Amino acid sequence: MSVIEVLSGVLLAAGALALVSGGVGLLRFPDFYTRTHAASVTDPAGAGLILIGLLLRVDAWDTAVRLLIILLFLTLTSPTATHILAHAARRDGVPMWQEGDRRR
Amino acid sequence: MTAFSLINIVLLAILVATAVTITRLRALYEAAMLAALFSLVTACLFVLLDALDVAFTEAAVGVGISTVLILGVLALTRSREAVTQRRRRLPGVAAVLLVGGTLGYASLDLPAFGAADSPVHSHPLTEVYLHQSQEAVGIPNTVTSVLASYRGLDTLGELVVVFTAGLAVVSLLGPLRRRRPTRPERPRPIADFDLADYRVIRVVSGGLLPFVLLFALYVLFHGEYGPGGGFQAGVIFASGFVLYGLVFGLDRAQRVVPHAALWSLVTLGLLVYIGLGMATMLLGGSFLDYDVLAPGNPATGQHLGILVVETAIGITVASVMTTIFFSFAGRGVSR
Repeated sequence: MSVIEVLSGVLLAAGALALVSGGVGLLRFPDFYTRTHAASVTDPAGAGLILIGLLLRVDAWDTAVRLLIILLFLTLTSPTATHILAHAARRDGVPMWQEGDRRR
Repeated sequence: MTAFSLINIVLLAILVATAVTITRLRALYEAAMLAALFSLVTACLFVLLDALDVAFTEAAVGVGISTVLILGVLALTRSREAVTQRRRRLPGVAAVLLVGGTLGYASLDLPAFGAADSPVHSHPLTEVYLHQSQEAVGIPNTVTSVLASYRGLDTLGELVVVFTAGLAVVSLLGPLRRRRPTRPERPRPIADFDLADYRVIRVVSGGLLPFVLLFALYVLFHGEYGPGGGFQAGVIFASGFVLYGLVFGLDRAQRVVPHAALWSLVTLGLLVYIGLGMATMLLGGSFLDYDVLAPGNPATGQHLGILVVETAIGITVASVMTTIFFSFAGRGVSR
């Protein structure tokens, strides 16, 4: 097994870990804003690490270009979506969670 | 248990869970989002079955444009489902059980999953489509040559269905029109669609929009070599346009494509398709027989015919989807 394959495996595992932690956070965090934070981890970190891990395994350059375009698209759109969600929630007056509150 | 069947079982379980959750939700916005998830999982299942063209269509139509259209409808009505009395649900339950039972009973007659001796694999027509089409039509993606060449008349029928749907929506909701000048000039928030005050989304979507439209053209003209084609390209093009309308406001979007142009485009695609069929008949072939387009070189004729047909499909689908969105979003809130 070459160095590149090991590196790619590590990246894939780290991406999967980020996805799982995002999912756990989505279920466990107390209010909308913290849950948005958990969900926003999954796209750039989870999917991004998995895409980079896959980039190390490609055997044709056109596949690599496609993966790079997907990566670029995700890094542009995912933070925007998170921002808009939080913005809309704040405009509608979704309350913030404070220490001692119940989970919403 | 192989990894393949494990993935299939997990995806099917997600599908069932999503469907059950949708039926139990009263909040319709959430139900619309879950319907998009349902389509996304279905698209993943199609990818596992190697039906890439179908998966592409499911992802573009089910996740993309239909979610936006459902949200557009919800902005016009109440976003909570009315409570139905328990007694009045009985006919619905009976209908669901009857249809579900019939479908379950019918599925017993289907060949086993992946069976090599099923009619799909043993019928001689498969040989024609998969092997002879490579010589007769000369296009790597057999789905496209079946869709646009062998079954060109069926595809014309599908396009007429899309056309009729657009026509029905417009005749129900009234023709597209600009705001009457008698109304006050104060910019009216178009339901929940007015996102123009968010600078971040304006910059990002403005920057991405050219690439979305470029990708639609790529899908259109690459349909002969990979998954894709007129239907998917039309839907992606319309999604890009709807995104523009959502972010920058409906009035600006309607300045880009005036109603008259949109109306002509809806019919133009269908007319080009039928016109191509007429042209092949005038050239001495039968309806939609592309061989006669390039005398002495059938493969070139097929190539040309398929390209024209895919473009016609793309034009009509894109303009019908945009028209439907405009007619919903243009009505404003009326509850």
